[in-house]
Amino acid sequence: MKYSQFVCVSSIGENIKLLIDRPDGTYCFRLHNDRVYYMSEKILKLATNISRDKLVSVGTCFGKFTKTQKFRLHITALDFLAPYAKFKVWVKPGSEQSFLYGNHIMKSGLGRITENTSQYQGVVVYSMSDVPLGFGVAAKTTQECRKVDPMAIVVFHQADIGEYIRSEDTLT
Amino acid sequence: MASCSIEDVLAKAERDEAEKLRSITVNKELDLEFDPGHLLAFDKNRIDTREFKDNKGEDFLRSLARDNTQLLINEIWKLPTEKVEEVIVAKLPDPTTPLPREKPAPKPKPPTKWEQFAKLKGIQKKKKTNIVWDEVHKEWKRRWGYKRANDDTKEWLIEVPVTADPNEDQFAKRNKAKKERVARNEYNRLKNVARAQKIKVPGMGLAPTPQQSKSELAQAVNVAKISTASVGKFQEKLPKEKTSKNTGKKRKFQPLIGDFGSEKQKQLDLLKVMDSKKPRLDVTKAVNKQMREEDRESAQKSKKSFGKKGRKGNMSGKGKGKGKGMAGGKGPKGKGRKPNMKQGKR
Repeated sequence: MKYSQFVCVSSIGENIKLLIDRPDGTYCFRLHNDRVYYMSEKILKLATNISRDKLVSVGTCFGKFTKTQKFRLHITALDFLAPYAKFKVWVKPGSEQSFLYGNHIMKSGLGRITENTSQYQGVVVYSMSDVPLGFGVAAKTTQECRKVDPMAIVVFHQADIGEYIRSEDTLT
Repeated sequence: MASCSIEDVLAKAERDEAEKLRSITVNKELDLEFDPGHLLAFDKNRIDTREFKDNKGEDFLRSLARDNTQLLINEIWKLPTEKVEEVIVAKLPDPTTPLPREKPAPKPKPPTKWEQFAKLKGIQKKKKTNIVWDEVHKEWKRRWGYKRANDDTKEWLIEVPVTADPNEDQFAKRNKAKKERVARNEYNRLKNVARAQKIKVPGMGLAPTPQQSKSELAQAVNVAKISTASVGKFQEKLPKEKTSKNTGKKRKFQPLIGDFGSEKQKQLDLLKVMDSKKPRLDVTKAVNKQMREEDRESAQKSKKSFGKKGRKGNMSGKGKGKGKGMAGGKGPKGKGRKPNMKQGKR
């Protein structure tokens, strides 16, 4: 495992401090095999006893760095990031399933969206019953969302909880 | 009178016909010189300047051009014709007028190393045949190139000479020798080319570097300094020279289980810097404001045109905001509305 600073999580903004600065223990991020894991220090200390090539995963995987060093957020980070999300998008029950299958969200499926969402802002996608469904990227600002036609894409899909079934074997 | 008009019409028709079938024969004092290869015609007849000056000369020029073109086409019709895809085409002969060069004449290339030597020694080029008799295959084969006559790399049996190492691969040796000859030939050819174009050729080793920047020179100095047996440990420094700190490593990682407190502090500081760097979204705010104003204006216009509909129910200041939302299609419920309401009545 290597320690590295990374600058990636735009969807929760200032609230990322709450992930680092927790009252119930010291949690940290570690980089291992191009993946970023979030774990408590206790787990970290235990994990040092395993050799690097034999270690598969530690704590929860937040995401990974792709071949071109872009950070890609994984669905396993949802439980940690959802409560701290600044910009949220609620999706209608009809298009919920479409999103869970990996499709983008169209204007016709958009229920609510937080005001002042800028374009290409990372957002957390919720169902109408406030169940977090996954991550996305806002394709249009909130103002533009109001004006655009119903078949236009408003949120790009990044990760959804359907991936737990679809990519069962690749999730760490 | 009708009859007059009919006569006039007929006369006009006759004149038009005559115009069309104007004679294809043109009378000229001097015959034109033709070069059908270039579709060229020289007219050496004198031009009457008086005719040119009357009527601004345009008509004169047009008639002159028409006559000369007619003569040229007559000349083309004299040539042998053939039919290509149902079109009659005249076969043009070779052109006779020489045209000047388009580009400057090529400069003579400087002689290659061999050519210089041959000239010095007086060696003449001997003409060789392209095809040589190959005794083994009993057929005529090329002297060199693909499937050549006496190709020693293609032999199936090579006797190991007495002086050679018995474990050496003779076939591989021959292949390697061939590759080396090819490479040397290519290298010499490129040297000849460089000499011809007066390009500086690097000798054995590194290519010559042109003007180097300050950083490149500094890097070269640092590399040279550590290129000693003791990796630059006992190299003397100039009085005010500083040792370069970057040892060439690309990235330095913190230890895995370092001080957690300091790690936390560093991360929080980083986040603080990230937050402060975010510029105020003035552009998007301005754009949003503009869009809201436009929506309001369009809502007002629609309100005016649909008189009754607009005045239904509670269309007050608050209502206006909602009306705008409805006009624009689905708007976000709840949260989004409040900022609009403040903007108030118009």
